[in-house]
Amino acid sequence: MEFALTEEQRLLDESLRGYLARELTLDKLKTLANEAGGFAKSHWQALADLGIAGLMVPEEHGGAGLGLLDAAVAAEALGYAAAPVAFVGAAVMAPLAVSLMANASQQSEWFPKIASGEMRIAVAFAGGSGQTGTADVRLDGLKLSGRVDGVLDVAGATHVLTILPDGRAALVAVDTSGVEATVKPTLDRTRPLADVVFSGAQTHVLDASNDPAGAARRVRDAGRVMLAADTLGASQAMLDKAVAYAGERVQFGRVIASFQAVKHMAAEMATDLEPCRALVWFAAHAHDAIPEEAHVSACHAKAHLAEVGRLIQTKATEMHGGMGFTELMGLELWYKRISLDRHTLGGPERCRHEAAVAQGWVKG
Amino acid sequence: MDLSYSEKYRTLQNEVRAFIGLHKDASPKAVGVRRKPDAKMLEWQRLLVEKGYAARTIPRQFGGFGAEPDVMEAAIIAEEFSKAGIAAGIMSQGISMLVPTLIEVGTEAQRESFIGPTIRGEIIWCQGYSEPGAGSDLANVQTKGVLEGEHFVVNGQKIWTSSAHYADWMFLLCRTEPDKPKHQGLSYLLLSMKTPGIDVRPLRTMTGKATFNEVFFTDVRVPAHQIVMGRGDGWAVANTTLKYERMMLGDANKFMHRVHRIRELMETTRIDGVRLIDMPEWRDRLVRLQGEVMASKYHQMRLLTEAAKGIDAGLKRLVVKLYGTEMGYRLSGLAVDVYGAAGLAFDPHDDMDGGTDDDATAWHTDHMYDLGLIIGGGSSQIQKNIISERGLGMPREPKAALQATTKS
Repeated sequence: MEFALTEEQRLLDESLRGYLARELTLDKLKTLANEAGGFAKSHWQALADLGIAGLMVPEEHGGAGLGLLDAAVAAEALGYAAAPVAFVGAAVMAPLAVSLMANASQQSEWFPKIASGEMRIAVAFAGGSGQTGTADVRLDGLKLSGRVDGVLDVAGATHVLTILPDGRAALVAVDTSGVEATVKPTLDRTRPLADVVFSGAQTHVLDASNDPAGAARRVRDAGRVMLAADTLGASQAMLDKAVAYAGERVQFGRVIASFQAVKHMAAEMATDLEPCRALVWFAAHAHDAIPEEAHVSACHAKAHLAEVGRLIQTKATEMHGGMGFTELMGLELWYKRISLDRHTLGGPERCRHEAAVAQGWVKG
Repeated sequence: MDLSYSEKYRTLQNEVRAFIGLHKDASPKAVGVRRKPDAKMLEWQRLLVEKGYAARTIPRQFGGFGAEPDVMEAAIIAEEFSKAGIAAGIMSQGISMLVPTLIEVGTEAQRESFIGPTIRGEIIWCQGYSEPGAGSDLANVQTKGVLEGEHFVVNGQKIWTSSAHYADWMFLLCRTEPDKPKHQGLSYLLLSMKTPGIDVRPLRTMTGKATFNEVFFTDVRVPAHQIVMGRGDGWAVANTTLKYERMMLGDANKFMHRVHRIRELMETTRIDGVRLIDMPEWRDRLVRLQGEVMASKYHQMRLLTEAAKGIDAGLKRLVVKLYGTEMGYRLSGLAVDVYGAAGLAFDPHDDMDGGTDDDATAWHTDHMYDLGLIIGGGSSQIQKNIISERGLGMPREPKAALQATTKS
């Protein structure tokens, strides 16, 4: 038994963290978040060149052919850096949906463009996402109409893939007539959400799955695990920043990290957070290798990380005192990152309800 | 990530399962009560040692099985016995803590005299560490040992001494060098509980059971050669012992078992005719705890993987006691809440009378006992000091408090 990352996964983690530490300074991050609307093509292309975009694309189509555990390693690193990257939609849910739902010729056409970073697909759920807000879409032939609010990763997207309630999916190009995607000022400025309105937009329909409802759930569960991994990384960053700050801030003639009241807050955060990594890894691994445990563990990972993330965003901000309440240190970017993760694709209460239903504890 | 066992471990797993299948009906059940092992238990222990399912890594020359230490093997054996609900041998501080300590720092004579009989269950030990004034601050031990000729003469008091009422021997931490600094004035003695001058008084806890004792010493004469290492080395020896206590991993299966027991309870408990499992506010509490238990379970698997490779898991290991005890308390707390008013009849049996508690009483007892686990073995507050200092590198407590000498 080996409950650990492989050497390749550790290298992926190191190279990604190394790149982000070098390139994504706090000043650059603030600029991207405040002025670039959460998307900069050069930044995206650099990450695509590192292999992020093609992580989940099969090797025969120009990708790395890796699994969700590899993607979770990347998501944690991106969350740690609060990187403004359309990762969950464009690099994980979209290629997974294309794998599960698209026919062979669609796959041959789209996969290489996804892997190169040229095609950036945001994923919208017209029902079944578990999140609040309007999601009301209908498909007449190849024409899509209706609206979906609060779609992740639309900033900089070339396409929107809408997962329909019946488990089929419809791909539209953002610049097609009949598509209006409005990127909104969003709590998390590193990943702004968009409201998308379709009025008879021309689509490509993905209907090649034998189990469309199961495929839709699998795409959403993968998204949930990625958001949990993002929270894991962002929470670790907040804890590290809080411990570092407490080691420098002097009051009453000593660094505040020497006060037990402060030390105990840090210890509580670390105690809640450490076991989360194993839960996220397991949920991602189950998605790849243990299908019967994939759904329940994805729900648990999403819910548990949301709760631990809430504790850490709170305590880590408190440990920074008044500075934590300002925008000066940029800590609020990580705070808001954790909040977006919590509410997107189902908050903890919803995910726990689904876990209970899936285990037969209660009727759905 | 590979969650399957290799051939070697699958073979062991199959052997353990076959052994359990063969002996399940005749074996003693795994029960929480602590009492002196009876003839049946001693016979079972002898069989387990022979097969290597107890005292597995104790060298053959001392009566053990003599296997190389392998945390994965230990985990597989523990898991199979836990799943089957049968006793994985005698659980005692003598076997888990004293024996490894003697192997590491004992004299040849001490190993010869004590290791064999201890692992066979013929000698039961109790631990003489805590005192009324030395709990979290263990090095503040005040029980005195004064060398007079060939004996240490011991006077003082110990508390929280589980199993002292039936133990044969005690390993004792006492102050033999009162003029030296706090941590350098202690010695570690082994003494028979039959020595004149020892008075054991049961200590009834809030659970209604007397699982602990107070032990009073009045001019108790301990032969001087029954010291482990030398005079003033007691703190080092005690830390060796505690290292082995800390290496014992928590049992995630036990917590998952609790989750399912509580689910069953929620399916049969009703308020105004509605099952608790059908009420979202009740169900949500349980599912939330299930998520925490899952995190704990996979965290243990991660720790096990690292331990098998000889990696010191650092912070990951330091959080286990705090996380596990706080979570266990919330789990039993939920069970108590599910019973609610209907579970308030409380009729605990003492461990010694052999009776069995009804389920509601058992949950209430467990809930209170779980609070004891938060306090004992390094309280949650002490754990947070350890985690922040050793795990996160935050400043240690001011040295003045650590170096204070203790003369009184």
